[in-house]
Order: sequence, then structure tokens, then C-alpha cells
Amino acid sequence: MTMLPPPTQKKLGLVIDLDICVGCHACAVACKQWNDGGQFGPLPDEDAYGREPLGVWFNRVHSYEVAELGTRDSELGKHADLATSSATGSGLPATGMTVHFPRSCLHCETPDCVTVCPTGASYKRAEDGIVLVDEDKCIGCKLCSWACPYGAREYSEVRGVMQKCTLCVDRIYNESFDEVDRQPACVMACPTRARHFGDLGDPDSDVSKLVAQRNGYDLMPEMGYKPVNKYLPPRPRRTGDTRRADVVLEESIDVSAAPPLLRWLDRMLSR
Amino acid sequence: MNPALSVIFFTVASGTGYGLLFLLGLCLAVDPGMIGRTESLVVLATGLVFASAGLLSSTLHLGQPQRAWRAFSQWRSSWLSREGVVAMCGFVPALLLGMTLWQGHDGTVLRSLGATLAIFAIATVFCTARIYSSLKTIHAWHNGFVLPGYLLLGLLGGSAWLLTLNSLLGHATANDILTTGLSGLVIAAALSGVVCKRMYWQFIDTTKHPATTESATGLGRFGHVHSVEAPHTEQNYLTNEMGFRLARKHSKPLRAIASILIAPLPIMAAIAAWLLTPVAPMLMTVCAGIAALSATAGLFVERWLFFAEAKHVVMLYYGVAQPDFA
Repeated sequence: MTMLPPPTQKKLGLVIDLDICVGCHACAVACKQWNDGGQFGPLPDEDAYGREPLGVWFNRVHSYEVAELGTRDSELGKHADLATSSATGSGLPATGMTVHFPRSCLHCETPDCVTVCPTGASYKRAEDGIVLVDEDKCIGCKLCSWACPYGAREYSEVRGVMQKCTLCVDRIYNESFDEVDRQPACVMACPTRARHFGDLGDPDSDVSKLVAQRNGYDLMPEMGYKPVNKYLPPRPRRTGDTRRADVVLEESIDVSAAPPLLRWLDRMLSR
Repeated sequence: MNPALSVIFFTVASGTGYGLLFLLGLCLAVDPGMIGRTESLVVLATGLVFASAGLLSSTLHLGQPQRAWRAFSQWRSSWLSREGVVAMCGFVPALLLGMTLWQGHDGTVLRSLGATLAIFAIATVFCTARIYSSLKTIHAWHNGFVLPGYLLLGLLGGSAWLLTLNSLLGHATANDILTTGLSGLVIAAALSGVVCKRMYWQFIDTTKHPATTESATGLGRFGHVHSVEAPHTEQNYLTNEMGFRLARKHSKPLRAIASILIAPLPIMAAIAAWLLTPVAPMLMTVCAGIAALSATAGLFVERWLFFAEAKHVVMLYYGVAQPDFA
């Protein structure tokens, strides 16, 4: 059924902390490993060891450089809104920063990927809000992937069906696991604990508190899909003296104090 | 977006087929005597062949075509499902009309079946266009020019082919109401179609999707965001399917070719056909055929561009700004 269920009480999802993600791709690899053998697998690759490997991953880690605003006057005018927020103390160091950015299904509250599906294969669970694909019903028309702005769905040419993040639904309710292991594989694998799993529909849950405390935000809210997953922004960087970096690079050897052999070498090399 | 041939053929062939069926239904609804019985059957068969070929071609795009029947189930929310349902339902009046014509009935039954067929034909093309125009993720599709474009160009294909069939079957020997009407319709549909497409191209050149890499990552508050490293070194499904890029230097001549094939050529051919009808029916057939072939070729180029020029917001994550024309 591709009609969306009534708003769910429980909203299971992820909170991703961009402040501490180091871009190691462990989440992506752990996801691939678990889901390849899990209930929704396999996640086949084509030409895996060849020239142009191609395959389904539910989790992709981008790396971005965030550069200072207003370095050019023309840009200041163009991005007046952004420049203002920067001026009020964004905490961006003058040299800019690198942000690693894991991207996966956001299990949106009102996603078009579900409603455009002609077969009912794409659905949102009424009990916990997880968005899934029934791979036995999917005809592989790819329309859901066109409707998703977040690139959460990847089509498997090998299997002829659409595949996507399941929020490890085959782990989180798995009673054969110890309670601590009932978490998505990506969350378990993250070495810096940049990923958190929980119920974002419950304001008292750890993840909801984290979002409130750190001003967690939605990606592309203008699309109106109401993502459940939240991202935590990088914390303000220390505003150190940016000239210090230059000082270190300066030539600071006092040649006159060096032994004669080195003085001679310096003279020769300086010619 | 990746311009998949199966989908381009689907929209062009079914658009033209439903254009033919719409006009046949309309003619029969207005006056069952306007088109002869044999001719009506030929037009009906041609329209159904075009429409069915298009619909079958669309299943080639599927990963699991044997499950295509499941696509009729979600008509409450999905335009693709609605399109399938309306297309299938349209076969009922079409086949009943065929039987009625075959048995030589006329009058009220023909009129009502013709009207029903016309409604289903237009509804099917409406649904096809809505599949694309309902996608908020693709600026070049999510706008008010897409639906009229599909309808007008379907009408152009249908009227040009009906004019050709009409003369091929030897019924156009004088400038009767049908020949005059069809020639006029080709001209009107070509003109309005090309104006609509020109406005559409102007729209996608001068406006863009509100999302940016800054809003896609939510990092805009810190500064300009640009991709320094993609998640994968090779292509993936997303970059293959949504990352198709067409340089402006190529899109310009292609737009010109599409425009010429859609409007000036069919218009001149239709005028020539109308002028030649009373004097040289053979030449008239040739002119009508030129109009039909030119319109169809133009539709293919136009539809290829419709996909190739469309940019998907997901590419913002890969640092591709919209639009990337330079």
C-alpha cells in the first residue's frame, strides 16, 4: 500500500553528528556487509574487481569543504542571508573546514518515494515509520528513486529491483541478539560514535534530547518530505590566530650559529 | 536524467497513438458519418498499435516486467499506476468501438463510444505527463509547461497521422470538412506546441530548483559548500541515472532541430497538402506523410531533450550546481 500511513507515534531514525564524523566509511562498509547477508540482501555488485565496479550501497559518505563567506564582495551580495549568519559567529575558522557527510535514507514522514510507487512495493510502516521496499513486489520502474531528493535508493541491475536502507529492521527487533546489539549496523560500527539510533517521535528519548541540545536539523526542508533523521552541525571551532600557521612555515634557521660545514653547505645551496 | 530509449519511445508512440484515438473518437462523437467505416477501423487499429507499442516499450524499462500487472494497484496515490489503469480501461471503449464499426452499426452507440474513447485517450496522456510533472525533485519537469506540452504534441502527432491515413485511404479528394479541419489542426497544434516548448525552454534556462548544495547538506550557515571527495571513485546508480549532463552547446542546436521538425515543416506540409488535395491527391498524400514523419521525428528529439536536460536535485550532493549550463 503506497498511501502513507497516518502520522506515526514512533519515528525510528538516525542522528548523525557532523562534528565528529571522521569520514572513515566504516558505517558504509558495515552496512554493506550486514545487508548483503541480511533479510533484504543480497546487495550485488557488478564488475566488483574490474575496471568499473558498480553496486548497491545504502550508505554513502561525502566530503565537503566549507569555505568562508564574503571573501569576495560579489559573493557577499549574492549570499546576503548566509553572510549575516556568518557575521553573527558561525564559528567557521578563517581557513574553512572539511565536513564528512554520511548520506542514507532519512525515513521521511511524508516521502514521495512511497506515494509514487505504482505497485505498493514501496511503503512506510505504520508502527515505527521505517520506509521499506518489498522486493517481491517491486517491478523496478525506478520512479521512487526519481522522487527521492536524497539519493537514498539505489537500483540493482542484477536483481532488477530497487534497494534502500532498512534501518536494519532485521537487527533492531532481533531477539536473538543481546539488547545492546539491537541497533543498525552503521551505528554499531562507527568508531567515533557519530551515529545515534532511536525514537525521534519521543521527545524524551536520548536522540531527541541530543537533537534539541545540539540544534539538529533537517536536510532540504524546502522539499517538504519531513525527514526523520537529523544531522547535528559541526560545533563552533576555536577562533585561533590564523597567522600562526604561517609563522611555522617561515624560514627560521640562524645560519650564523651553525657549524662551519653547515655554513658552507648553506652558502653553496643558497647560490 | 538519463534519456532511456524505451521511455522516450513510450511517450512519443503512446502520445501519438492516443492523439489518433482522441481525434477518431471526437469525429465519431460529433458526426458518425464524418469518417467512413473502413477508414475508422484503420485509424482505430493504427492508434491502438501506436499506443500499445508505446506501453509495451515502457515495460522494457522495468527490472521485473513480469510483475507489471502489480502497477494497476496503487491508483490512489501514484500517477504511474493511474496511467496504467486508464490506459487499460481505454482499451474497452476502443475494442467495443471496433466491434461496433465491424458490425456496421452507427448512430448513438458509435457516438457514445467515440466520446468515451476520446475521454480515455486524453486522460491517458494527462496521466503520462503527470508522472513527470509531479516529481518535485526535478525542476525541468515540475512546472506548468510539461502537461500542456504533452497534450499539444500528442495532438500534433495524432492529427498529422490522421491527415496522412485519410489521404492514403483515398478519402481526401476534395477539401471537405475533415481534410480542411485536419490540416488546420496540424497547423494549430504545431504552432501552440512549439510556443509551449519555447516557453518551457525559456523557463528552465532562467529559473532553477530552490535547493542548493548548502541546503542539501544544511551547511550553508557556515559558508560555501563544495564537494572535495565523492563517496565512490566510479559511477553509481545515482550518477548514471540522474547525473546525465548535456552541454549547452549541444542542447541549443537540438532545440532548434526539434522546433523546426515540430512546427515549420509540418505547417508548410499541411498547407501544401490542403492546397494540393483538389488537384493532386497523390502529392497531397506525400505532403501529409512529410508532416507526420517530421512531427514524429521532432517529438523524438524533443522527448530526448526532455530527459537529457532535466537535472535531479540529488546531484547537488555530488557538487553539481543547478543549472550547470555555462
